[in-house]
Amino acid sequence: MPRPALTGTRIRARRNLRGLRQAELARAVGVSPSFLNLIEHNRRKVSPQLLEALAQALAVSADALIEETDGRLIEGARAAAQRSEADLAELERIDEFTGRFPGWAKVLAETQGRVERLERVVESLNDRMTHDPYLGEALHEIISAVTSVQSTASILTDSEEVDPDWQARFHRNIVQDSARLAEGAVALVNYLDTAQSDEAGLAAPLEEVEAWLTRLGFHLPEIEQGRVDADAMVQGQVELASDASRALAQQWITRFAADAAALPLAELTAALDETGLAPEALAARFDVPFDKILRRLALLPETCLRDAGLPPLGLVICDSSGTMVFRRAVEGFRLPRFGGGCPLWPLYQALQRPLVPLRKVLVTAGRLGRRYLTYACAAPVGSLTYDGPVALHATMLVAPLAVGGADTEAEPVPVGASCRTCAQLDCIARREPSILVAGG
Amino acid sequence: MQKRVLVIEDEPNISEALRFILSRNGWRVEVSADGKAALGSLSADPPDLLILDLMLPGVNGFDILRQVRAYDDTRTLPVLMLTARGQAADRIEAERLGVTRFMTKPFANADVLATVHEMVQT
Repeated sequence: MPRPALTGTRIRARRNLRGLRQAELARAVGVSPSFLNLIEHNRRKVSPQLLEALAQALAVSADALIEETDGRLIEGARAAAQRSEADLAELERIDEFTGRFPGWAKVLAETQGRVERLERVVESLNDRMTHDPYLGEALHEIISAVTSVQSTASILTDSEEVDPDWQARFHRNIVQDSARLAEGAVALVNYLDTAQSDEAGLAAPLEEVEAWLTRLGFHLPEIEQGRVDADAMVQGQVELASDASRALAQQWITRFAADAAALPLAELTAALDETGLAPEALAARFDVPFDKILRRLALLPETCLRDAGLPPLGLVICDSSGTMVFRRAVEGFRLPRFGGGCPLWPLYQALQRPLVPLRKVLVTAGRLGRRYLTYACAAPVGSLTYDGPVALHATMLVAPLAVGGADTEAEPVPVGASCRTCAQLDCIARREPSILVAGG
Repeated sequence: MQKRVLVIEDEPNISEALRFILSRNGWRVEVSADGKAALGSLSADPPDLLILDLMLPGVNGFDILRQVRAYDDTRTLPVLMLTARGQAADRIEAERLGVTRFMTKPFANADVLATVHEMVQT
């Protein structure tokens, strides 16, 4: 999003810093003082040639004057400021700060970035400790065995005499629990060794499928070309290490191929150029279910999205229990690896109203407060029968919104990734305390 | 009169060790590995103390504690929760539901006895 206002402000700040008068700088770059005045007050855009000349006259790089570089510094500084409980009246002067002290602003932005990266690691490890069912059970088994051995051994070594029958029983218990402990420890080590094949661990078939699709950019060219051999496509893929993950990948390939057949790439991208991100209009135009268009949009090649002026899109699909069965993350909108997500996501609300399309603007709680436009819909999967059970899949498309961009008519709903790592303390849907906030 | 303690714990070797150290300390010890079955007898004939594991098959320790606090006869029953899960969230939830004391496994026998003694003056 162009922000010429920032460039003008920075030019003025740099000129003042060097003690130059407006007329002097204008003369140096060959424009009239009144035109420079308009630029500095952000009322005229700066041509690339003039920007270069101004940078030279101010003895800075052109990058220091344009928005892209400083935009990152400003966002970083703003994110850091929003974490602070200090008086933030100076926040309004953030442009001036980054303009006058770009070095310090860079340090602040980098520190902020590092904090966010570390928080993601904490979140991942916490998710794993809290929700990884195998790890939880394995640790519980080991702690139970240790408890029994410790308590029993303590009884036997007490100075008080223990009846021979009890002694025999306790010896037997210790032998049993020692064996159980050894087996549990070996199983745990093997599990953790396997998990180390990835930074955060490939703990489940879904994660293997995600790793595979991530490497491919969530795009399968064979599907666009109508040459779908799901069995062949999953063979020899290093990430798909288990039969379960290959079977899961085949299911998704089949589903995505059906989506692509109903929504051919060329026709869809042409329509997207006309409508922009309007899944309801696209669903009507192609006469397809709403969830199908959401899946298809999220898995379009990034070049197609870029040509239509759209950023990469995220996608989450969950089943009737709320368990995520497909995830494509999008920048800044974090998805928990284990357990449920934020109860306020429209993904879950869609489950309560099957086949009804939902559209919500979300804002990530705390920190930077990034905004996302989301669409969601739940639909039955499999064949419907009169008396049989109904299984639903809810699908949510996540589109990042530019700062200050469109779609601001609705009050954004503050959401998190999961309660454990969410800063929205007074949330009506909170199910457990947060680990990231003091007192949580 | 001998005080009575009910231990709801599904790990037989742990409940055996608890049975031994508490019996030796003068308690009459009853053990149950099934929380649902134990709930029935709890209200009918409340013990003087309940030692409760959190992770139980079927009905978990939180469910049992919630029921214990709902019954008039056991509303004030001292409850010691023993759990391998020492997470703050579990402790907070146990306290919210009205646990008397909360201990994490593995425990020292002496600590269990001291805690029990504090909870019920024997």
